[in-house]
Amino acid sequence: MNELVFFINNVVIAGSVTGSIYAIGAVGITLVFSIMRFAHFAHADMMTFGAFMVLLLTTLFPQAGQAIGVPTAIVMLPLAIVLTALLAVIIDRTFYRPLRAHGVKPIVMVIASLGVTLILQGLIRLFAGTGGQSLYVDDRKEIFRLALPIEGVRMPVVITEPQLYLFALTILAVIGLHFFLSRTRLGKAMRAMSDNPDLARASGINTNMIVAVTWMLVGGLAAIAGTLLAMDVTFKPDLSFHILLPIFAAAIVGGVGQPFGAIAGGFVVGFAETLAVFNWSVLLRPFRDNLPTWLELPGNLAFVGTEYKIVVPFFILVAILVWRPTGIFKGKVI
Amino acid sequence: MPLLDARAVQGGYGGMNILNGVDMAIEADEIGVIVGPNGAGKSTMLKAIFGLLNVTGGDIFLHGKPIQNLAPNRLVELGMGFVPQEHNVFPSLTVKENLEMGAFLKPSSSRRMLARIYEFFPPLYEKRHQPAGELSGGQRQMVAMGRALMAEPKLLLLDEPTAGLSPKYMNEIFDRVKEINGAGVGVLMVEQNARQALAIADRGFVLAAGQNRFTDTGQALLADPDVARSFLGG
Amino acid sequence: MNNQNLHRREAADTTTGTFPIRELIMLTVVVAAVGAVFLFMGPAYSTRMMVEASCYAILALGLTIQWGYAGQFNAGVMGFVALGGFSAMTFTVPVNEAFWDSDLPGQLGVALLWIVAAVVVVIGASRLDRIGVPKRLRTLITVILGIVLYMVAISHFRGVADQIEDQVEFIGGLGLPVWVGWIVGGALAGGIGYFIGNICLGLRSDYLAIATLGIAEIIKAFLKNADWLTRGTATVSPLPWPVPGPAELGFTLARASYLAITAVMILVFFLLLQRAYNAPWGRMIRAIRDNEVSSAAMGKDINHRRLQIFVLGCILMGIGGAALGSFNSIFDPQGFLPLNHTFLVLVMVILGGPGNNFGTILGAVAVYIIWVMSEPLALYVMDLAANFGHSSLGWDIPRNLESRALQARVLVIGLLITIVLRVAPKGLLPEKVRHHN
Repeated sequence: MNELVFFINNVVIAGSVTGSIYAIGAVGITLVFSIMRFAHFAHADMMTFGAFMVLLLTTLFPQAGQAIGVPTAIVMLPLAIVLTALLAVIIDRTFYRPLRAHGVKPIVMVIASLGVTLILQGLIRLFAGTGGQSLYVDDRKEIFRLALPIEGVRMPVVITEPQLYLFALTILAVIGLHFFLSRTRLGKAMRAMSDNPDLARASGINTNMIVAVTWMLVGGLAAIAGTLLAMDVTFKPDLSFHILLPIFAAAIVGGVGQPFGAIAGGFVVGFAETLAVFNWSVLLRPFRDNLPTWLELPGNLAFVGTEYKIVVPFFILVAILVWRPTGIFKGKVI
Repeated sequence: MPLLDARAVQGGYGGMNILNGVDMAIEADEIGVIVGPNGAGKSTMLKAIFGLLNVTGGDIFLHGKPIQNLAPNRLVELGMGFVPQEHNVFPSLTVKENLEMGAFLKPSSSRRMLARIYEFFPPLYEKRHQPAGELSGGQRQMVAMGRALMAEPKLLLLDEPTAGLSPKYMNEIFDRVKEINGAGVGVLMVEQNARQALAIADRGFVLAAGQNRFTDTGQALLADPDVARSFLGG
Repeated sequence: MNNQNLHRREAADTTTGTFPIRELIMLTVVVAAVGAVFLFMGPAYSTRMMVEASCYAILALGLTIQWGYAGQFNAGVMGFVALGGFSAMTFTVPVNEAFWDSDLPGQLGVALLWIVAAVVVVIGASRLDRIGVPKRLRTLITVILGIVLYMVAISHFRGVADQIEDQVEFIGGLGLPVWVGWIVGGALAGGIGYFIGNICLGLRSDYLAIATLGIAEIIKAFLKNADWLTRGTATVSPLPWPVPGPAELGFTLARASYLAITAVMILVFFLLLQRAYNAPWGRMIRAIRDNEVSSAAMGKDINHRRLQIFVLGCILMGIGGAALGSFNSIFDPQGFLPLNHTFLVLVMVILGGPGNNFGTILGAVAVYIIWVMSEPLALYVMDLAANFGHSSLGWDIPRNLESRALQARVLVIGLLITIVLRVAPKGLLPEKVRHHN
């Protein structure tokens, strides 16, 4: 049974953590795609920027959370969401809108977003340095060890405080997004613009406003994902650049332009990654004595080493592109 | 004062002029029909009025107010509605959401108008929770017209509303256009089915090569042997 | 009226064609900048900079034909550079006698055979439906067999790789001449480019960017962690040079002779690419770029042509990366960074003019100077700001100004990309589109 706990810790919990972060990240990518129709490479660094805002605020007011008993980083998150949403709108006004007005090809927008990525990364490195810093400045990262009430189980299920916040906020974000897109006037207008921008304009929808709202939403979601990622590990300037490929893979798996597909895609990619690096040998160990003697069980039965984790989203991406370019939820055909 | 008054309109795509000085005027309770051969600039004229292409010369007035080159969402605010020929619904939105998008600028009257549209196009009420992309061609055309009517326009522009429809739906659409007009909405439409359209037209405009060829009442144009020979196929 | 405009534009084209004023101005500026660097930083420093810039120019030529000639956006230049560097390392460093004298080569061979056998068996299983096995059953068999055999083969391989690392560090090089390593580097990069291009070139260009970004990271992860092959983070050095090294000639002269080699390479590539551009092949490539649908309608095999140009670009990147790796004389997989090896090259191309080879080469030199000089400049500015803040506002001077100034380069490159896209979207020397009357 200890093996089962090991599986829960290393696959169920770890996969949900990665999956949640990929899911929130991929929603942002897919929203930009559905409204502005280009692959937004700077999304990862918007996430880092959001986390950096939280770090900055937490360093300034390290005691703020203790009064109400939550980590200061969580208290500062709403403010960081606002700041990142603002940043997203400013970036659009300064860098993307002029290009859009010239009617450039989507790939030029992609290049511009690469430029924005570097600007953001440069600024963050300039101000934060290159080392890692914890978002828990004055707080302590709680680690919960839940012993299972089963005989012979010695290993506890381990889950940390930021992971619990991550799950809660992911659920909240998904519900909120669903409500926004299906119930509110702006959310429906966003879907309308994603379907048919010309008709949206002909219906009197102010598309410039929809673009601004989209960027706010994208910035806010990026701040949530980045902060929760940084709380789970530590803050680094290249925190999110490495998850650019997985979140793109997640958005494409879910069907480009499909927010809920992106969430599903995030969990697919997250769990695929964790399952691929999981050492299956552990699960087979209890049966070791029953195996025939010629079959010797190697100590490491992971599909890929952790150092090759990046291969997993890449192969998912390639497989989807080859066999089903619209993704599992029938996204836009490109 | 005419509802729509377009004078010597010039315009086109990418520096190429398609409209070479078109005049067009209709009164508030009239149906105007634009007919003419392919490439005459019929749809282009409609798009020019609705601000979808650059008007390089001439004037367009709505109720005496100059409107050339205003953005489409401003024109919707001023009381104009436009139904494109193709891609005229939001396929992944439900019928109800499609209609609501029409009232985007007037959310307060959305509920009231929704009820009127359902009354006007009963099939839409039954299908209101279905994505519009799953409907048949005729029903889509109803959704598209309903969407434009949601904003309570004074002038409705229809680009070939019967294209590709079966005769049954075609008659239905022409009946609806008459009813819409009966409710006090000016209509300007482009039609391939010239005879049927001119029959309900108060004012007909025959365009050729981006210029007015004949302008008269619908009945007069139908009776004119020149028009019949050149543009109505005998 | 329209015709008049067209004629005027053509007339303007011919005047710039006969008197290349833009080219001359830009050439003068770049030469002056190089001269200034020589003046202030000394010949040893400047020759090093010029060799690196020339290697980057080869990379930029590779990217300019992909992006400029064919409209393909490759965001994974780093991966192809790394492959070139790996090849330059593994073919040229001395043979590791300890490895070849042991029984490890045999074991490695057996492990590789295992992998080949596993692949063959799985491919065989995927064809089972041809002898009457139901398709579902075939898929099931293939998947299970694939997983099991993969596990068996990979764990066998891991064992051998661990032994190599324990006993002899790594398998060593082949001790061949430098040019062999460079050519194989190009071939290796081209091979990977063929694989990636086959999958992605038919799709929208965004996907190519994402996929190439990913493959570059995978190549880097492999080279960094395959210690048995590359020594991984322990790095391999020195790599031999194709010319006598600094020990024999002194820094300046040795680097100058290296520069002579890279300069000849650039000249050869440049002339070949110019010929190709104006040849029917180049016209066809551009026709496809400018209007895919009508080119397809004229019966041109689009995907095949697109693949050709993509692979060609990757080969150039591989060769450039190999030349750069040999010059640095150290193979350090961790040193391959998207910023230094992808985005820097991208800026060179979009600043110089995508599709304009001469502009790209000048752009490469110009941007490399900006890149190298932005660090001391940023440090100077930050020092000024810190001192001003300290004396008049009472700030504490941050300690690690040097390391932060290094990061200013990231910002500079990002700003350059966005500014060029706004101000000169076609580069400083735009591609000359000739009208054939």
